[in-house]
Amino acid sequence: MNPKEEKVKIITEEFNENDEDAGVGRQKKTSKIVRQKRKKRFQARALLRSKPEPPLPALLRRSDPPWLGASPCEASLLKLPTTGLQEMVSENPHLGNQPEPLQEDSDIRPLSMTTRRGPRSLPPIPSTSRMGFAEFSMRERMREKLQAARSKAESTLLQEIPTPRPRRLKSPSEKELETEFGTEPGEEVRRTQQEDDSQSQSRVKFHDSVQKIKSKPPVPPGFPSAEEAYNFFTFNFDPEPEESEEKPKAKNRDGTTQEEEEGEEEELPAQGIHKTDEEELLSAKEAEDLLLGLDHTAEDFVAVRPADYESVHIRLQMEKELLFVPSRLTVPTYKKLPENVQPRFLEDEGLYIGARPDMLRTCQNIMENRLLMQEPGGRWFGDDGGILALPNPIKLFPSRPPVLTQGQDIKAELETLYKKAVKYIHRSQHMIGSGDSPGNFQLDIDISGLIFTHHPCFSREHVLAAKLAQLYDQYLARHQRNKAKFLTDKLQALRNAVQTGLNPAKTPKSLDTTQKTINEYKSEIRQTRKLRDAEQEKDRTLLKAIIKVWKEMKSLREFQRFTNTPLKLVLRKEKVDQKADEEAYETEIKAEISELLEEHMEEHEQKMEEYRAAYQQWKAWKKAQRAKKKKKKQEVEEHPEEEMEEPYPGEDPVKPVPPEPTDRALMEQQVRERAARSRRRPGEPMLVPELSLAGSVTPNEQCPRVEVLRREDVKRRSIHLKVIFNDKEVSRTDSRPLGADFRVHFGQIFNLQIFNWPESLTLQVYETVGHSGTTLLAEVFLPIPETTIVTGRAPIEEVEFSSNQHVTLDHEGVGSGIPFSFEADGSNQLILMTSGKVANSVAWAIGENGIPLIPPLSQQNIGFRSALKRADAISSIGTSGLTDLKKLAKWAAESKLDPNDPNNAPLMQLISVATSGESYVPDFFRLEQLQQEFNFVSDEELNRSKRFRLLCLRSQEVPEFRNYKQIPAYDREIMEKVFQDYEKRLRDRNVIETKDHIDTHRAIVAKYLQQVRESVINRFLIAKHHFLLSDLVVEEEVPNISILGLSLFKLAEQKRPLRPRRKGRKKVTAQNLSDGDIKVLVNIIRAYDIPVRKPIASKFQQPSRSSRTFREKHAASPTTHSPTRSADYPLGQVLVRPFVEVSFQRTICHTTTAEGPNPSWNEELELPFRAPNGDYSTTSLQSVKDDVFINIFDEVLCDVLEDDRERGSGIHTRIERHWLGCVKIPFSTIYFQAKIDGTFKIDIPPVLLGYSKERSMIIERGFDSVRSLSEGSYLTLFITTEPQLVPGESVREKFDSQEDEKLLQATEKFQAECALKFPHRQCLTTVTDISGKTVFITRYLKPLNPPQELLDDFPDNPQATAELVARYVSLIPFLPDTVSFAGICDLWSTSDQFLDLLAGDEEEHAVLLCNYFLSLGKKAWLVMGSAIPEGPTAYVLTREQSHYLIWNPCSGHFYGQFDTFCPLKSVGCLIGPDNIWFNIQRHDSPLRINFDVAKPKLWKSFFSRSLPYPGLSSVQPEELIYQRTDKAATAELQDRIEKILREKIMDWRPRHLTRWNRYCTSALRHFLPLLERSRGEDVEDDHRGELLKQLGDYRFSGFPLHMPYSELKPLIEAVYSTGVHNIDVPNVEFALAVYIHPYPKNVLSVWIYVASLIRNR
Amino acid sequence: MAAAGPSVFLLMVNGQVESAQFPEYDDLYCKYCFVYGQDWAPTAGLEEGISQITSKSQDVRRALVWNFPIDVTFKSTNPYGWPQIVLSVYGPDVFGNDVVRGYGAVHLPFSPGRHKRTIPMFVPESTSKLQKFTSWFMGRRPEYTDPKVVAQGEGREVTRVRSQGFVTLLFNVVTKDMRKLGYDTGPSDTQGISGPSPPQGLPR
Repeated sequence: MNPKEEKVKIITEEFNENDEDAGVGRQKKTSKIVRQKRKKRFQARALLRSKPEPPLPALLRRSDPPWLGASPCEASLLKLPTTGLQEMVSENPHLGNQPEPLQEDSDIRPLSMTTRRGPRSLPPIPSTSRMGFAEFSMRERMREKLQAARSKAESTLLQEIPTPRPRRLKSPSEKELETEFGTEPGEEVRRTQQEDDSQSQSRVKFHDSVQKIKSKPPVPPGFPSAEEAYNFFTFNFDPEPEESEEKPKAKNRDGTTQEEEEGEEEELPAQGIHKTDEEELLSAKEAEDLLLGLDHTAEDFVAVRPADYESVHIRLQMEKELLFVPSRLTVPTYKKLPENVQPRFLEDEGLYIGARPDMLRTCQNIMENRLLMQEPGGRWFGDDGGILALPNPIKLFPSRPPVLTQGQDIKAELETLYKKAVKYIHRSQHMIGSGDSPGNFQLDIDISGLIFTHHPCFSREHVLAAKLAQLYDQYLARHQRNKAKFLTDKLQALRNAVQTGLNPAKTPKSLDTTQKTINEYKSEIRQTRKLRDAEQEKDRTLLKAIIKVWKEMKSLREFQRFTNTPLKLVLRKEKVDQKADEEAYETEIKAEISELLEEHMEEHEQKMEEYRAAYQQWKAWKKAQRAKKKKKKQEVEEHPEEEMEEPYPGEDPVKPVPPEPTDRALMEQQVRERAARSRRRPGEPMLVPELSLAGSVTPNEQCPRVEVLRREDVKRRSIHLKVIFNDKEVSRTDSRPLGADFRVHFGQIFNLQIFNWPESLTLQVYETVGHSGTTLLAEVFLPIPETTIVTGRAPIEEVEFSSNQHVTLDHEGVGSGIPFSFEADGSNQLILMTSGKVANSVAWAIGENGIPLIPPLSQQNIGFRSALKRADAISSIGTSGLTDLKKLAKWAAESKLDPNDPNNAPLMQLISVATSGESYVPDFFRLEQLQQEFNFVSDEELNRSKRFRLLCLRSQEVPEFRNYKQIPAYDREIMEKVFQDYEKRLRDRNVIETKDHIDTHRAIVAKYLQQVRESVINRFLIAKHHFLLSDLVVEEEVPNISILGLSLFKLAEQKRPLRPRRKGRKKVTAQNLSDGDIKVLVNIIRAYDIPVRKPIASKFQQPSRSSRTFREKHAASPTTHSPTRSADYPLGQVLVRPFVEVSFQRTICHTTTAEGPNPSWNEELELPFRAPNGDYSTTSLQSVKDDVFINIFDEVLCDVLEDDRERGSGIHTRIERHWLGCVKIPFSTIYFQAKIDGTFKIDIPPVLLGYSKERSMIIERGFDSVRSLSEGSYLTLFITTEPQLVPGESVREKFDSQEDEKLLQATEKFQAECALKFPHRQCLTTVTDISGKTVFITRYLKPLNPPQELLDDFPDNPQATAELVARYVSLIPFLPDTVSFAGICDLWSTSDQFLDLLAGDEEEHAVLLCNYFLSLGKKAWLVMGSAIPEGPTAYVLTREQSHYLIWNPCSGHFYGQFDTFCPLKSVGCLIGPDNIWFNIQRHDSPLRINFDVAKPKLWKSFFSRSLPYPGLSSVQPEELIYQRTDKAATAELQDRIEKILREKIMDWRPRHLTRWNRYCTSALRHFLPLLERSRGEDVEDDHRGELLKQLGDYRFSGFPLHMPYSELKPLIEAVYSTGVHNIDVPNVEFALAVYIHPYPKNVLSVWIYVASLIRNR
Repeated sequence: MAAAGPSVFLLMVNGQVESAQFPEYDDLYCKYCFVYGQDWAPTAGLEEGISQITSKSQDVRRALVWNFPIDVTFKSTNPYGWPQIVLSVYGPDVFGNDVVRGYGAVHLPFSPGRHKRTIPMFVPESTSKLQKFTSWFMGRRPEYTDPKVVAQGEGREVTRVRSQGFVTLLFNVVTKDMRKLGYDTGPSDTQGISGPSPPQGLPR
């Protein structure tokens, strides 16, 4: 329904308009346009009424476009008004019944109701101001007219009166209205009529207007005329309900009914209108009755109501209660602030306020109003009454690149834009910062003109004129200042003051103060007077000079008979009153004289005072003198010589002369003289010079030729100026001719658009003579204006310039730089230089909007401000300019920096610190000047506090503290001893202490080693912090095709293979470990060839030699064993009951006891591992030096029964264990190898008393022939750690090198190739030397001479010599690099270094041995491979006549190539002195490979034809020099070791008495050198026999230990591990002998013979 | 001990690895471990843990929820080397190989109370396109030699990583004696503990 209602509404409005047009006071419409529209609408409406249907569209079409636009609804109304009409009709009843409650004209409500009562007004239209006053009178008439119609209508109405009210109109608001209006139906009707009257009248008018319009449009033929149409709509029909009911329908449906209605057109138009309306109303009402009055309920009869309508008033009222529309008006400040508070403007008070964000004023007002309404507390408002706001957070420049909108055409983006080239200014810090608003600043330079004060073309007269002008200018300037007058006045005032001051009556002040002031005044008077006199004198001389010059000029003009300059000086005389003048003059002089007198008096007084004092002094002296003289005179007679010395060396005090009083006359004379000199004489007229240009210049034709020439020359000259800005020419003036008066007028203004801060502004004066070139006369430097100087305000300033050029001219011109004279005789010469003045003004331009185009204040004065802004202020301190903080502060004060601006905060703070004087500004530059502030505590405190010290040391990774855990929180909890070791180490760094080492050389070496180690470690600690990607990220290599194929093949592999493979154990990183987590597992499997006990033979039996000679060994000839031996062992008797004891870190485990020489244990022993200091990091684990000792013992049961008689009833035996041998495996090997699995040779002492090797009893199978090649016992075992530890990786050996780059590349390539083929074979090309440099490996190999001693031993036996040399090398202690350079890398020391250090690992031993062999003429190579138990290691290969021998350099043993027990298990590469060969054979076991390096299919050589050996020089020394070892020192060492070991053994037996058998000891001591000589071979039986002879009644078990000597500790450990001390037989005795055999170069072979003896009963 | 003044302070942390946002991956599990300085020692609780495998939730959040508890107590004498929890997330790739999906680390909160942390996760990138392909194909993506690398700054410059997702952790922190040793960490030890800390400013 709504649209229809709207239509109707519009119609009503039209009628309202109608009313308005009729001159009835109506509601004022806000918009005129609307009104016009409505008018048009009305017109259309009128047309609509007056016309029959068909032409209407045409008419509508003809109307103005605005109307068309505005009236679509109306158009639609025309089309289907039926429902709308129904509605209208439904309105009628209550229109008709509408009460007219009040007739009073003044009542508004009814009126408003009436207005509503337009014929079709259905919904109420708010029309408060529709006060149709004129209506009322009309209404009266209307009412009467209506009476008739009503009476007629009444009858019908009455029939229908119980109109059923349409339900749909019932709304809650309606109900109210119902009660109000629904009571007086009669009245209402009357009112309606009234209303209609008024309307009808207006309609008449419209009728007319419509008529006019109508006349225009052509009426289509066959249609009713406009007149007819009008009448049709407006004619007053008789109210016939039936008809009227039909009428709307007819009107809309077809024009057929027209004829009927036309018949009744005769009525008066006014009435007709009225009637029509009335009729319409009625008919509408009836129509509604007809349509809707279907069920007439009771209430329908009662409730007759007006339309539910709220007047606009009410609605507004109600809305006002509910809604709040904030005003847009500015809220007065007092509302926003608490009462009686004046707004405060912080900015005015100098506080910093950031820029507020931009916001429309109206929006702000609305917000303010709203806030005031909602929360009158005012807490939203700041002190200044504005809304609290943060500073504008919006940055001026976007920090994010603009996002391209999706819709944008890509082409538009790509389109080339022309942009004017922008000069990139980044010249220096002086640029105007890009961070500031990029303004273009403008400097206006106004060059108005130029005057020459001297020019070469000056004539003499010009010179004088210039002088005169200059003087005159001076005069004017002086005159303007009039200093003399000022001083005179001052003087006068002072005098007056003194006068009044002197008068005590007037100034009743305390005397002394006045006196004081007077004195001050007086001195000031004196000063002022002097100044005044000087000034006056100057004035006078100036005047005189002016006159003089003028006179000269005049004479010159006269002399030369022409005038060049228009200058003319007029001296104006000012008459003065002679008398007054004279009087003043006199008084002045008098005053002066009196003052002077006074002054002099004072002076005199003072002098007198001085004189008196001096005189007194003199008198006293005189008296004394006289007295003395008298005395002297007496003495003189005796000593006449002394007379000469009588006068004091000091001179006699002269008798003071009394000062003369001042002579008044003289003084007066002086004063007058001075006055005459400097002052105008009384009566003399005051001369005022006036210089004018009134004079005439003599024309050219009257001048002499020279003068004419000069003038012409002048004319030819022209001047122009160049403007140089920051040393760049920016513009130049026009060239102007030089005037005859030597003035050039330019009057040009240059606008310099600048970007750079002006540094210099220069004008260059150029002179052009004729057509010849221009010359630079002079440069004028202009000052850069203050920022306050803007265009228009800048005064024209004259800047002087001068040039030093020399010009001589051939005419009247005086030239410049050359002497000339005014005098005829040429005296009094003058030299004048070209000079002049440029009149200019420089100022900052003012922009269009009146803003001066000055770079912002922040850039003033110091260009670095902008740079400063960008950078941190603090950090830029120390850069240029800012170092002087005082200056900075001054600048800050001058530039009026806002101290509250956060931008300036750091600067201000700095300045405040700098200027407060609290901190002095040092005059030195300092890096990190704020470091001190950041220091946690002072350095002293850092050192004092134990905790801090500990933390520091730890962070420095000092070895002692590197892994210190849980540094206590308090100093007191830190023991002082924590530092003791460290401090001791620091102290002892250079002190060599021999306590531990006994042998001084070793001590030195140890120290040296320590130092090397430290330095290397430090190097590598640094290197450790360099990471490669592979250190951090595990990444699979790009697989090659074969691997890829293999892995593809793997995809097809069975998921559960039938033969499950062993899986690797989980590896554990070290960090989380703690004590007890790690165990060393030792699996003892079996042993071979354990020595067996010998029956204690009662008789000494000379056995056959069991050992073989060297030659026999590799002859592989099976030994024939004497059958007698087997007879020694009765069958069934246990030969040996061996068990294995493993000791590690003093923890001991042992297996069960097995039987026989080839026992099998197959037992697993578990030993806990404890890392040093509880540090389980990889580096720490790598440096564990502990060894695992695997000792094999024989368990011997001894019958201890004392009494044979008890043998039957009890067994008393004691278990004894006899050490048979040991295997020693360093923990580091286990750690790096993860597991050790193999058969090891048991280190059995050469002499094992009571035991002998059992030669295979069940003789000789085929196998034996191989096995017997290497005699000795073997132990098969498996060692690992549980859990498996991840060995730390050695640091990449990538250090700088002195090798050729090509060679290095080749090595890399070679290694890569080798690694590709056999990734597990060791290939070594470069190694790191002790200084950390990469060295090609072959450089280490070079023949080196072994000690001569060794060579001398077996001069004719090279094989024996070789063995001896190998033994020598093996006697050099073994120290793995991983231990000394924990977890770093393998360092190779050269052989001399190695011998000096006397410690090294396999490589060093091997290199040395190889070098010796080379020197012996053998073919020798270094074998890089892996062995057990060492893992990757180096051996030496030698080629004998027909076979190869493999030498273990650390043990000195050698093996044949096919020796199964050779510890070398794989061969990676061979290294000779000039090449490297990589093993590319299928197998790498030495047993299965061919060592013939000449075969390239088997050995890939590094240097080949493509890369020939470049002849690398060796790093080894030329030869080794061996010192003989000091025998005495060795003997001493020997004694000490023996003593220490003895003590140790006693210590290890704390519960038992340890007895030493001296006899045995001495016997052993004798025996040890023999052992050394025979190198542990061939001596056993002799020795045993000897011992038995000597110690027949003892049961003896003992053995010699042989070791290289490095330190004491390994010896002790070795002795301990044998367990000799463990015998707890009560009557046991011990014997211990130590023998040290010295080899050259301090290589010591240590023999320790330990034995226990039990006396046999 | 207590009377004489404590010589160590204790940091007790419990909480859980709540959930993760890995938009691209599913069926993930996570491991955690702690990295701490030399002055720290765990006194109770588990230092390492490995969670169950979780699948994505079916709702829009697509969250991977583990709710894997953390409960550990440290003692220390020095806040230097404050413990960090290191998380590494693993899951199967298209071929079913277990590959790493993210590493991340965060310091345990200093202040007592309830803290929620969302840590961004990342994985090392392959060094080349070919590597990337082969690693994808072989199911052997680059991994850190030790997840603890992500808790240290040293040597990271040689790696390149890709961001993967986020893991949300919840910590309830209790400290003991920190104040007595002079370390003040926010809300006082003695007073009640404030409510949940504001969420971390990480993008969701």
